[in-house]
Amino acid sequence: MRYVDEFRDADTAQAVAAQIAALCEPDRHYTFMEVCGGHTHTIYKHGLEDYLPEAVTLVHGPGCPVCVIPMGRVDDAIAIAEQPDVILTSFGDMLRVPGGRGSFLDAKAAGADIRMVYSPLDALKIARNNPDKRVVFMAIGFETTAPSTAMTVLRAAAEGIDNFSIFCNHVTIIPAIKAILDSPDLRLDGFLGPGHVSTVIGCRPYEFIARDHGKPLVTAGFEPLDILASVLMLMRQIAEGRADVENQYARVVPWHGNRRALEVIGEVMELRPYFEWRGLGFISQSALQVREAYASYDAERIFELPGVRVADPKACQCGEVLKGVLKPWECKVFGTACTPETPIGTCMVSSEGACAAYYNFGRFNRSHVREITLTEVGRS
Amino acid sequence: MTVEPAATSEVHRQHDREQEVLDRIERIRRRPARVREERITLAHGAGGKATHTLIEAVFLEAFRNPALEPLDDGAVLDLLGGRLAVTTDAFVVSPLFFPGGCIGDLAVNGTVNDLAMTGARPVALSASFVLEEGFPVEELQRVAAAMAASAQAAGVQIVTGDTKVVQRGKGDGCYITTSGVGVVDRPVRLSASAAQPGDVVLVSGPIGDHGVTVMLARGDLDLDADISSDTAPLHELAGRLLDAVPETRLLRDATRGGVATILNEVATASAVAVVVDEAAVPVQPVVTGACELLGIDPLYVACEGRLVAVVPGSDVDAGLAALQSLPVGAGAAVIGRIADDPAGLVLLKTGFGGSRIVDMLVGDPLPRIC
Repeated sequence: MRYVDEFRDADTAQAVAAQIAALCEPDRHYTFMEVCGGHTHTIYKHGLEDYLPEAVTLVHGPGCPVCVIPMGRVDDAIAIAEQPDVILTSFGDMLRVPGGRGSFLDAKAAGADIRMVYSPLDALKIARNNPDKRVVFMAIGFETTAPSTAMTVLRAAAEGIDNFSIFCNHVTIIPAIKAILDSPDLRLDGFLGPGHVSTVIGCRPYEFIARDHGKPLVTAGFEPLDILASVLMLMRQIAEGRADVENQYARVVPWHGNRRALEVIGEVMELRPYFEWRGLGFISQSALQVREAYASYDAERIFELPGVRVADPKACQCGEVLKGVLKPWECKVFGTACTPETPIGTCMVSSEGACAAYYNFGRFNRSHVREITLTEVGRS
Repeated sequence: MTVEPAATSEVHRQHDREQEVLDRIERIRRRPARVREERITLAHGAGGKATHTLIEAVFLEAFRNPALEPLDDGAVLDLLGGRLAVTTDAFVVSPLFFPGGCIGDLAVNGTVNDLAMTGARPVALSASFVLEEGFPVEELQRVAAAMAASAQAAGVQIVTGDTKVVQRGKGDGCYITTSGVGVVDRPVRLSASAAQPGDVVLVSGPIGDHGVTVMLARGDLDLDADISSDTAPLHELAGRLLDAVPETRLLRDATRGGVATILNEVATASAVAVVVDEAAVPVQPVVTGACELLGIDPLYVACEGRLVAVVPGSDVDAGLAALQSLPVGAGAAVIGRIADDPAGLVLLKTGFGGSRIVDMLVGDPLPRIC
């Protein structure tokens, strides 16, 4: 397929992998965090880690937008959905994320009208077609999806659609990275920067990471060769003793971001004083809320919310796992209170999260799996 | 290399603790299936882990018997000196009509195929209709005509049936349940538990056509693509394969949950590893494209006219030739092999050249936001 296959070529991957291996200093280990859940998905889907030398480890970061939504917010959304005449609309992968009392799928089974949409504009269409219902869009995601949510609110206002609102759970990436960087026991050598987020915010907001924390960051695309190339760029910086912000995904990401998208977000939304992240706790100025001027589109103002915080059990050590300080099995609640069926922290919510992957497949030796796969396929 | 004793014992301690955690998970894994949810959710109907848990915890628990226990596509009963295959399937699809077919085609072909996957020659079907008040008779006639045509093509007759009507709003227009009987007159013993190391895995054509067609036909995506459902009867194809390779271990039609789910069932039931070569899996470019956009994997997308076969390694050429000898199997391919270890896993060599484990999904593949 055009525009895809050229970024998935195994021969090129071999060549890039060899360059990465050549830059490894003996007895040194390199740990990089890919911030974005989309990167984690690419790494997993393509088996990309097979191309990395043993000395290079990728740590999956906090950038899975559905995984970071705290349980209390899921419960609040369900409380909205249970109000009379409400249709709650949501992206597909949010449907299965459990709150304190079940997921959207469970609430739907219990009678709530919850529908999957592919974009907030689809939710607006549902509002237009159901004037006697109150349609709420469960707005989640980083700066990537915030512009389309904001745009939808503006369109609703322009069209005078008054039965539409958003339950705003948009979060911002920089405070989450800061929270990780400020950790005293950080063991990361650099970051793969989130490609989609950066199409909106650009690369400049990351400069403090290099300047103040001495860690290199490379904004990476989402095809497997993008990620390998970005790892190579990080390795080169380290080999040359540099810590810079570089842009591997320049074919999509402008250095200064997308001013229009940022303006649209700023028009409709403002920073919240603080917001809770699943597994990471409260982070100040890390999320967006609807501005007063658009209060009539803000589900938090329209509906009475329980707003009950469902505390992550104290023993949850997602933060440490995310930071690469702990292995999943070293967490106190791993495999007991926290399982893929009853996830507590972000790392267990998505099947690609470090803890869920370890829970499902930790008993299998990774290099053994690789060896069997390559041998058997080689036979046929 | 010399290692200080203190460090060695610490490494051992770590290893022991990790093993303890893994052992605990294994114990939990071996517990009998239990449905955690208080109510049925859509995930219970998706064919993945949630469906399996429901079937094992509720139905198998209540109905347990030797014919049911293998949970194959149909049961084979030794009866009156012969072997009789029995199967049943309920059909709910939205929209009822889609490019390449309608619920009527699915209802006949689905049950014909479930019979064919047991090695049977399909003989007769029953059909039950649950109709919603207000459903247009003209549409019902079109559904019935499609069923008649599909039945004729499959060489079976619909010999009995039932009709119920539910109040408006209590159905989705039309639900159909078909049951079928067939005669197993070949000396075959097909079972998901029969795969052996050294066997090969075949698929009879490009995967995911039906699932993607229906997703696009729902109109939620505002996408148009030149694609139609692959719904087709597979009994002739299965017959050709079984004639050419009587030692065929198992046949499954790759409906709900797609090829990945079936291969997981095989890996578990046979206690083998299934190793798949992604580059060898036939997928139409339009299906690949739609799946890329949605962030889902074609391996989990439903087909309605594709079978997965496991045959002995020595019969691979004969098996492939048999499948390719009919137009419905023209796109057949060898997609993988059976290995002994690690038992219970489906492994994939990705098109990119890496490797990964292909797990069974909990519910439907859900589009990703990021």
